[in-house]
Amino acid sequence: MALDEKNIKDIAHLARLKIEENEVAESLADFSSILSMINEMQTVNTENIVPLSNPHEQTQKLRKDVVTESNDREKLLNLAPRATDGLFLVPRVID
Amino acid sequence: MIEKTVSELARALSTGSVSSVELTQAFIDRITSIDTQLNSYITVDEEAALRQARQADDARSRGTDTLLLGIPIAHKDLFCTQGTKTTCGSKMLKDFVSPYDATVVARLKDSGAVTLGKTNCDEFAMGSSNENSFFGPTRNPWGQNRVPGGSSGGSASAVAADLCAMATGTDTGGSIRQPASFCGVTGLKPTYGRVSRWGMIAYASSLDVGGPLAKTAHDAAIMLNAIAGHDSKDSTSVSISTEDYTQSLDAPLTNLRIGLPRQYFSKDLDPRVATIIQETARDLEKLGATLVDIDLQKSTLSLPAYYVIAPAEASTNLSRYDGVRYGYRCDDPLDLEDMYTRSRTEGFGNEVKRRIMIGTYALSAGYYDAYYKKAQKIRRLVKQDFDNAFQNVDVILSPTSPFTAFELGAKKDPVSMYLEDVYTLGVNLAGIPGISVPAGFIDGLPIGAQLIAPDFKEGLLLNIAHQYQQNSDWHKQKPSISKGVK
Repeated sequence: MALDEKNIKDIAHLARLKIEENEVAESLADFSSILSMINEMQTVNTENIVPLSNPHEQTQKLRKDVVTESNDREKLLNLAPRATDGLFLVPRVID
Repeated sequence: MIEKTVSELARALSTGSVSSVELTQAFIDRITSIDTQLNSYITVDEEAALRQARQADDARSRGTDTLLLGIPIAHKDLFCTQGTKTTCGSKMLKDFVSPYDATVVARLKDSGAVTLGKTNCDEFAMGSSNENSFFGPTRNPWGQNRVPGGSSGGSASAVAADLCAMATGTDTGGSIRQPASFCGVTGLKPTYGRVSRWGMIAYASSLDVGGPLAKTAHDAAIMLNAIAGHDSKDSTSVSISTEDYTQSLDAPLTNLRIGLPRQYFSKDLDPRVATIIQETARDLEKLGATLVDIDLQKSTLSLPAYYVIAPAEASTNLSRYDGVRYGYRCDDPLDLEDMYTRSRTEGFGNEVKRRIMIGTYALSAGYYDAYYKKAQKIRRLVKQDFDNAFQNVDVILSPTSPFTAFELGAKKDPVSMYLEDVYTLGVNLAGIPGISVPAGFIDGLPIGAQLIAPDFKEGLLLNIAHQYQQNSDWHKQKPSISKGVK
């Protein structure tokens, strides 16, 4: 399925990225070229093949439901661009 | 001193012919002298390094004498280091100081190693040339108009130029092995899950593996001993017991069956590279191995499958960078949406954005089956291909890269860059270990040979590499770097 400029902008929006108008054409060209390489996959018959997501087919290990981590709130909040009173600050969300 | 291997330096420190402080200072002086030309390091923390060196010397005077005590190493800037910046080669994290050490960092610290600094890399490990770093490209010590490879280009360059005794790297599609090949050093990608990913900033969670870049296989084995093993903080780290990887280095290669994949030696491969790998095969034969032609028919499928799976996983992993809790936030955001979008657009470089877009598309409604699920099915085929080959051989020998280090700026088209990794990608998809060892030179530029083994056989890889290095001297060659000459 060939992509067009609208597809590129939609994908960018899903990823919360902005592509400037003057960059859309180049982005589309790169994307299309990568997609043609990827579409080689469609030439292979994979009927009845079970997808492999983890190379050792590991499943999530579980541990006891007890608190083991310390409260590092201040240390972690110090990393934030803006924080106050134990809260991360962002532009107003609710009017 | 700075040109010596880790095992030689360990002996020198043990006998007292050099102190860790002297050794650390020597590396710092060399970095100051020549790294402006190479740009291998993003951050050098002299004060912290010398403090650790003093602590190592003190510990030694009180009776401690372990192999890595006082040895100056570098960490790829993808590993979280408490108190020192971890940037991932990105504007997004250019000022980020991690509140904790990665397990790899902590284990090496516990073994007494001294951290000189953080090495340059392609942004978020996405790249094969180290040209995608926000902090500028790293240059290959063997030809400073050439790339060192990527994404662990800074680590490879630092080891090759004696700017550290050895370094950590990460390998998702070849990012330890390919720069090792381009820079004439030894680079090992262990089996997936063999080394903890805790604190190793994620690119593609089912593919990423941390490992050593070193001057010799013996040195790589020393680092692997320190970092391998289960970590309860990484739920993908395996509980399979480790071994002393230095103990099996001297095993003879008699009866070793080495597979040469027909598909890897097609007419498309540069004949000079093919010749070097075939000579390596004959050298291993002289050491007792048997060569077997094998088929890896699914090998060409690794490229498209990887370039769906890795970007898909990256798009998920990098969605955490939203300007809220850490990392770059744009100036004067108009609203929340604007903050997310501009922080990410301004904070990420072009290749990262490209892969996030590919990944987002591959996972999106209507395309998930055709792309992501299809790629995972191909992943199983690629793994089965290797498993079948290993029924008849113990290891596989191949080129690491189709060519030697190319010039900076030579590969502008993304797909031509992706083709760089054609011999390394399948190894990550299958989760198996692979090593690149220096195997020769073409026009004065190093080229590596890759050995691939079944799951958890990195000990065998190190053994073969060590035996090869006992009987060859490609790995002993050093680039000549004139101070102040570009």
